[in-house]
Amino acid sequence: MVRLVARTAAGGALPQTIGGLTLAEHLPEAITAVMPFDGQEGAVSDDMGMPFPAPGRTSEADGALAIWAGRHLALVLGAPPRSSHGAISDQSDAWAVFDLTGPGGAEALARLCPVDTRAAQFPPGHTARSLLGHVHASITRLKDDRLRIMVPRSMAHTAIHDLTRAMGHALRSQSAG
Amino acid sequence: MRLTCPLCGERDLREFSYTGDAVLCERPAPEAGPEAWDAYLHLRENPAGVARDLWHHGAGCSAWLVVTRDTVTHAVIAVALADAP
Amino acid sequence: MRIAGRGLVDPGRVIGFSFDGRPYTGLAGDSLASALLANGVRLMGRSFKYHRPRGVMTAGSDEPNALVTVGRGGDRRPNERAPMVELFDGMEAVSQNRWPGLGLDVMAVNDLLSPLLGAGFYYKTFMWPRAFWERVYEPLIRRAAGLGALSGLPAPDVSDKVFGHCDLLVIGAGPAGLMAALVAGRAGADVILADERDRMGGRLLDEDEMLGGAPARAWVAASLEELDSLPNVRRMARTTVTGAYDGGTYGALQRGAPGAVHHSFWRIAARRAVLCAGALERGIAFPGNDRPGVMMAGAVRRYLHRHGVAAGQSVAVFGNNDSAHRTARDLHAAGVRVAALIDTRPEVPQYADYETFAGAEVVATRGRLGLRGITIRQNGRERRLRADTLAVSGGWNPAVHLTCHMNARPLWRDDIAGFVPPEGAIPGLGVAGAAAGVFSTHGALSTGARAALAALSDLGLRATMPDLPGAEDAPFAITPHWQVAGRGRAWLDLQNDVTTKDVAQAARENFRSVEHMKRYTTLGMATDQGKGSNVNALAVLADATGRGIAETGTTTFRPPYVPVPIAAMGAGASGAGYAPQRFTPSHGASVEKGAPMIEAGLWYRPGWFPRPGETTWRESCDREVAMVRNAVGICDVSTLGKIDIQGPDAAAFLDFVYANRFSTLKPGRVRYGLMLREDGHVMDDGTTACLAPGHYVMTTTTAAAAPVLKHLEFVSQVLRPEWNLRLAPVTEQWAQFAVAGPRSRDLLNALLDDEIGNDAWPFMSCGAVSVCGVAARLFRISFSGEHAYEIAVPARYGDSLFRLLVALAEGLGGGAYGMEALNVLRIEKGHLTDAEIDGRTTACDLGMGRMVSPDKDCIGKMMAARPGLRDPARERLVGLRPVDPQAPVSAGAHLFNPGDKAERVHDQGHVTSVAWSPTLNSNLALAFLKHGPARLGERIRLVDHLRGHDTLCIVTDPVAFDPEGGRLRG
Repeated sequence: MVRLVARTAAGGALPQTIGGLTLAEHLPEAITAVMPFDGQEGAVSDDMGMPFPAPGRTSEADGALAIWAGRHLALVLGAPPRSSHGAISDQSDAWAVFDLTGPGGAEALARLCPVDTRAAQFPPGHTARSLLGHVHASITRLKDDRLRIMVPRSMAHTAIHDLTRAMGHALRSQSAG
Repeated sequence: MRLTCPLCGERDLREFSYTGDAVLCERPAPEAGPEAWDAYLHLRENPAGVARDLWHHGAGCSAWLVVTRDTVTHAVIAVALADAP
Repeated sequence: MRIAGRGLVDPGRVIGFSFDGRPYTGLAGDSLASALLANGVRLMGRSFKYHRPRGVMTAGSDEPNALVTVGRGGDRRPNERAPMVELFDGMEAVSQNRWPGLGLDVMAVNDLLSPLLGAGFYYKTFMWPRAFWERVYEPLIRRAAGLGALSGLPAPDVSDKVFGHCDLLVIGAGPAGLMAALVAGRAGADVILADERDRMGGRLLDEDEMLGGAPARAWVAASLEELDSLPNVRRMARTTVTGAYDGGTYGALQRGAPGAVHHSFWRIAARRAVLCAGALERGIAFPGNDRPGVMMAGAVRRYLHRHGVAAGQSVAVFGNNDSAHRTARDLHAAGVRVAALIDTRPEVPQYADYETFAGAEVVATRGRLGLRGITIRQNGRERRLRADTLAVSGGWNPAVHLTCHMNARPLWRDDIAGFVPPEGAIPGLGVAGAAAGVFSTHGALSTGARAALAALSDLGLRATMPDLPGAEDAPFAITPHWQVAGRGRAWLDLQNDVTTKDVAQAARENFRSVEHMKRYTTLGMATDQGKGSNVNALAVLADATGRGIAETGTTTFRPPYVPVPIAAMGAGASGAGYAPQRFTPSHGASVEKGAPMIEAGLWYRPGWFPRPGETTWRESCDREVAMVRNAVGICDVSTLGKIDIQGPDAAAFLDFVYANRFSTLKPGRVRYGLMLREDGHVMDDGTTACLAPGHYVMTTTTAAAAPVLKHLEFVSQVLRPEWNLRLAPVTEQWAQFAVAGPRSRDLLNALLDDEIGNDAWPFMSCGAVSVCGVAARLFRISFSGEHAYEIAVPARYGDSLFRLLVALAEGLGGGAYGMEALNVLRIEKGHLTDAEIDGRTTACDLGMGRMVSPDKDCIGKMMAARPGLRDPARERLVGLRPVDPQAPVSAGAHLFNPGDKAERVHDQGHVTSVAWSPTLNSNLALAFLKHGPARLGERIRLVDHLRGHDTLCIVTDPVAFDPEGGRLRG
């Protein structure tokens, strides 16, 4: 039987390491958009097995990470949750997911993103919907030295271009300063 | 310019787009008559002072916002979610 | 002349560079200006208008004269200010605005013509003939007057844009700024300290001064060390804050290290800021004050103390305040000959053993390409002195510029003869030190600390006033002295060549407002924005108009404070960084097949898929159309917007946002929808499928995907917040392909895990299917007019499925088709795109008036009912077919009745879309024609004046092919 072959958003373009920073593609089991209906955040939280994340925050349970991603919206990375109390849509393929790992990731992001993502101001567990250059993005700090960046899949290559350029400029400014 | 989105916090202008007077929130009833509809669609105050405008946080949480702003000083007085004013 | 043992330069590191092709050496720590002065080079430029020989006047970013071009090839950068250019090994610098050379410049003939070229010369002279404005006068003027030239080569895109954030932005790292940063840094605030020079310390590096009982430089070094030990303080040297904007946003230009060609342009969001930008020294307008060798007194000190360079061998000093005396004292102490000290004030201090003239002024200078001597006047008697340098101080202008960027006007203070910022000029910005008119070192330290304390208190941080090191605290003594009467020209604006006479003439010709004077004389309109000249000029204007300076007022300082290279503002925005590129799932496979890409918004879509032997796009396109009509074609339609709509009120919502009804749509069915704007015009069209009760997926046109989502969010959040539903864009999740043509079902049945038939899958049905084990969605819809489907799989499988579909289609006599064929197919069927839905057309215009449901409210319904929008005389959609099928038709052409002249008054409508139909062997057009549907069968002229088309056409129904739609249901 013929089989369909899956391709990742980044294809073979990643990982790339520039200075101490590495940009790699992350492939979660699934990405599920969860949008609780009016007044149903509690019920949806019960169905998810973790609190529906507050604006600008993440929540976690059993290896699944729920990233707040807008008004009434969380993206769950991991096993897909089920709930009849909200609108659920599979977005596993809608996003290119990148992890930017190493010291100074925020300095690279500062070339592209108007939000302050330095660890002191944007510690692990914080997330923001904002821009990555011209591209709408979700940016989350997972650890002190790891940022997760999600962009629409069709713009993965633009995001990789912009991010690697920014990583180079961040390196240049570190070595100069 | 910066706006403090009730959901996202203080953000740069580039994440938002401007739509116009918040009078757009008050859509007339279908039977309100041509004058009411004309006013709703076309007639706008141009105040030197406090104005209420609709903004969209399109590059953020995608919330529609009512921004109260002083057109003389550019001071932003309040930002509220359009569906929870 | 280098003075050994002075300055913050490294005598052990000699740097070679060239200026105008001649080799020189300098030391690490030199600027180009200091290195040239050390080599005895004083002539560094020619003036903008009269090509007067000019030397360096200042030691900072306010330099009006010494503009040079640095670098070569694409890295060449014109108009760099020599005092701001850090010397690096191998630097190639050249002077500007001269030919053939600096010493002999033939354009200096302008100087002889200067009596004719005064204020308002351009306005008076180049009036007529009007045709000469752009073709003769402007190129002539631009060639004669000017700055440096760009290389014309592509510039390497090496610059950078950065977003910065902080609690407190300290602008300037002199005594006030350092103190402010220390206080805020110790209190734990997140601080950015920005200073435009390569080393921080500001004036403390330029003076021979004690601070806390030790040389001031030691305090600077200790302070910088402490700041560097604080993780919450970021120091940004070589960074000029260029503008203050709403909401605590500041622009800043950061230069690279010596030799680097890149800049970083920062947008800094600061919760609070302190302006500690110091003050700029101003001159005195005396005859001949532009001779190379005439410099600012403070600049002479900076060259001495910062760079270890004496500006000349025999220096005269002229001033009206104590800055002049410091210069004389320091030069004398360094062993440089002080030719004389000339002070306009009757009583003056005497610091050392040099000749002092009180109550005197300089009335003339001598020397062709450099100063050789001056003439002074004291008690009515004139006397000539020899000097190669004249250091001048007319006082200090607080650097108020940033405080004016939001329209505040500075306030005049008689006691310091200068403008200071008003309170609250920029919300959240405090001002300290010389920028606030506080000129002593002690004053700078204490106001810097206080400004930081005020900001910290606003930020909710606690701190106390620190113990300040003992510092100079002399009162500032000045007697205003703006100009010296005498023969010859006295210059105010050196960069734009404006003299005191020009300003007086402007006043005589009634340009008395300072804003009018500025534009009439061009004073302050050069790249230095009149930093050194504005205040003197308005003092002269005040004099000429008999007003006070406060009453005369200032012109408006606007961002940027220093010129910002376009390359920095636009950093990264070339090539792939210009705009996002959106690639479809089939992009790679399409490129492999040689398909040229067409940009559709940000998307890249294949135009056509050339096959061997096809030499033009038309051959490929015609074949692809025939494939779809006769066999089966595959087209990537993933770019169409897809919005997932769920919730108890989803159906009511669709009824409200669409003109036609959707609440009757059953699960498993698809319906075409027309979406109006509230003003009654059509916004978009597309299909919406009902997947399950309360669960829909809407498609939009590619171009309208983002605006439609925004519109739906507006309706949901603003107009109907009480309705319970959720919107999720899912365009990116799905790779979706049209499978179109009579063999489409055969193709799908070779692929789907369960076969489909016509009964279970009639036209406008949808549902879940499985393709090679992958869950997919199938929609039986058609844009081509053929029996067709769209199949959607998760995007990761898109590439694979596309290749499979195309291979199967090729086996059935079909293949992939691109945008050109897609367009022909839809024009044959009279289907719409944004060419027809152009924001000005109504449902009636498009022949869809009956789709606006009469028994429910919807967006746009009220306004669509306006008589003017329902007038049958409006231009309405029709098809056109040329009488001669081969005759040319073009989009944008206008329509005229056969008897009428092809002129605007006879206009009957316009053409929106055209195609050659290989199916019907004829050109076809879609057009909007007055009374259109009532005129089927009439003849109309299609005229395109641009392309020279004049084609007689027959008006037809928009649907040219298979009007009964039988093929759809196949």
